[in-house]
This record gives sequence, structure tokens and C-alpha cells, in this order.
Amino acid sequence: MQQSLLQGFISHLQRDFRVVARHKLDLLNPLVFFTLAVSLIPLGLGPDKKALALLAPGIVWIMALLASLLSLEALFRSDYEDGSLEQILISPQPLYFVVLAKLLVHWCATGLPLTLMSPLLGMLMSLPEEGYLPLMSSLLLGTLSMTLIGGIGAALTLSARRSGLLLSLIVVPLYIPLLIFGASAVQTAIDFSQYQMQLAVLGAMAALGSLAAPFAIMGALKISQE
Amino acid sequence: MSDILLELDHLACERDDRLLFANLTAVLSAGDLVQILGPNGAGKTSLLRIIAGLTPATAGDIRYLGQSLTRSRWQFAQDNIYLGHLAGVKRSLTALENLQWFAAQQSVQTDPITALKLVGLKGYEDTTCDQLSAGQFRRVALARLHLTKAKIWILDEPFTAIDKSGVEMLELLIKQHQSQGGLTLLTSHQDLPIPGIKHLQLTDFCPESGVIA
Repeated sequence: MQQSLLQGFISHLQRDFRVVARHKLDLLNPLVFFTLAVSLIPLGLGPDKKALALLAPGIVWIMALLASLLSLEALFRSDYEDGSLEQILISPQPLYFVVLAKLLVHWCATGLPLTLMSPLLGMLMSLPEEGYLPLMSSLLLGTLSMTLIGGIGAALTLSARRSGLLLSLIVVPLYIPLLIFGASAVQTAIDFSQYQMQLAVLGAMAALGSLAAPFAIMGALKISQE
Repeated sequence: MSDILLELDHLACERDDRLLFANLTAVLSAGDLVQILGPNGAGKTSLLRIIAGLTPATAGDIRYLGQSLTRSRWQFAQDNIYLGHLAGVKRSLTALENLQWFAAQQSVQTDPITALKLVGLKGYEDTTCDQLSAGQFRRVALARLHLTKAKIWILDEPFTAIDKSGVEMLELLIKQHQSQGGLTLLTSHQDLPIPGIKHLQLTDFCPESGVIA
């Protein structure tokens, strides 16, 4: 039994990575938004390095948040529409691991690229040198929580036809703590070269989220079928 | 032919404040082929979804091998195949990749390549499903019937979009399943020329007014 559990998990990972690989444009969508939105800021505000550096942590974090929001709706949508979700729900595989696999793939396809992209955008915003490592590490943990929290929203709004607005309304308030701690991690790293506390909080949120969110998502997915 | 597989015990289903059927009681045994009949909107699909475990029944209980489904859910999931209106086939994956995914979920008796050959999709293994025709697409889903040795088949309109030879093939497959002691529940608007077919008329269980008092 152990083996087939792992087998099922791996087959889900494999399948979702394949789907992602066949829809490369969907993958680019949040990244392009992230890059465009951040690169517009210096154009709008003028190239004053001091002013930009002051705004950099907040702006990069806000844009990463919005970019992740963009990618959420697709998380379960195609499975819902082509009937795969029905099959997943009644299959003998434990739903918990299926949901975990889906979230993992989603994070690898959105959160991870956003994190890897962020130093470049930091440079665009003339982020001070001390800010790069905190920016990346806070985004690494933060995007993980975004996927977990966003998954709940995506699953809850699955049966609503035009779910974009509803999804944002549910998810954005829950993102606020992430934004506060994430942006402040970068800011305090620049000002006082200390950011462990904020990272610890972000890490705790991601840990709690990865334990609890799949259960909430499981419940929401079941409701979507009624 | 007397092994009782499924017992439906006073099932009721309510949709949008309308009671579709109530007190639906039936005993389904190994080797049965049951066609569920009723006009559009009578609740045929709803009944199949309830039996498959996708939606809860408004009232009543389903027993599998004498045990309530709430307790034997896992066992039941191993032993049934549900094929709904939505095929559950990913369009961006190839036919083979789709079947391999199904194969990883349940214990398998045929390998996916053979299963595809059996439904007449030899040579289409590596074609992505969005390039297949509607009938071929449906056949990818039907290939699942070859894949596992599930005892219970729950088929919602399995003949949709399938050509004549495909219909014959599926009828033959169902007959085979029947003779091996499997239970098939299906909805279809066609009359099936299969001996021993039983009918479950949903209008027999329709509450008189159709509206809850």
C-alpha cells in the first residue's frame, strides 16, 4: 500500500508538470505581469535613486502578490472543467496528497520563478545591496504561503462562473500579513541589517499553511461538486 | 448470480428545492446490467453521481457488500469506475499519458498501451487529446474499462459521440463484464439489445407533486 501511495503522488506530480510544460504561456503570464508592473514604477516616479530605494521593498512585494493572484484562478479550473476533479475525488488515492502535489506544482510554476526574478526587479528599483538576500528569502517563503492560501480561495470559488473578483476578495485580506512581514523583512534588513524575526514569522505561516490549507482545500473541492 | 453487490436503501435526491426521487430502493447483484430510465431532468445523472460518491444523497443509504458506503468508501473506490458526462481526460496530454495517470490510481490488469489498442486507438498513443475527434476522445475515457478489473461500472451516457462499431464494441464489453460477474449501471437514451438487461424507471420513485411540502 505504501508504494502505491507514493506512486499515486508521483503520477500526479508528473501529470501536472506535463500540463504546465504544455501551457508555457500560462506560466509566463504572472512573470510578465510582475516584470512589466515593476519596470513601470521608475518610469512613473522618475529615476531618483533615493526615492526608488525607499519604495523598492514594498513595491516588489506588492507586485509579486498581485502576480501570484493572477495565477490562482487556473489552479483547479481545468481539472474542474474536464472532469478530472471528479475522478480525483472518487479515486482511492488519498485526496490530501493529490492536493499537496497540485500545490507543489503550482508553486514551482509561479512562486519559484517570481522569487528568482525578484533580484532583477530589485535592481530596477535600485534596491540597496543589503536587501537582495532578504528579498529573495522572504519571497521564497511568502510565495509558498500565497499558493497555500490562494488554493483555498481557488477551490472555494470553483463552482462560481466568473470567480476572479470573488477570488481576489477572499484571498487578498489573507495575504495582508504576508505583505506586512515580507516587506518589513526587506526594509529592516536595509535599515538595521536584521530580518530574522520576519523570516521566522513567514516560515511559521508557510509551515502552518502547508499543514492546514490542504484540508480546507479538500473540503472546498468536495463542495464544488454539489 | 445472487451475490448482492450494491443495495440502495430509500435514496432521495433534492435539486434546487425540487425532490427528484425519493424512497428509491433497489438491490443490485453481481452480473446485473441496469439501465436507468427517465425523462430529461428526472435525476439519472444525479443518481449515478450519488452512487459514485460525488454528491451526498439527501436521504437514504447505499450499502456495498452489506456495509454502508460511509464505512467502506475506500474499498468501493477501488472497485468502481465512474464515467460521467465529463470524460476526465486532459486535453493537453496524450492519450497514453492520460491512461497512465488513471493506471497509477487503481490496481491495474491491462497495461495502458493494450487498453488503447482495444478501443481502436492504436497509433494514437502519442497524440495529444485536443487533436482527437469527439468520438476518439470519448474512447480514451472508455479505455479505462479495459484498464482495471473494477466490479462496478457506472456509466453516464457511455454511447455519446461514438460510432456504430464503437457502440457494438462497448455492448460486447458490457456483456463480457456481465458474464464475469460485474455490475453495470448506465443511462442511455438508446434501447440496448443485451439479454437480461434490467430497467430502473426513475419516475416510479418520483414524489407526486415534485415539490417538497
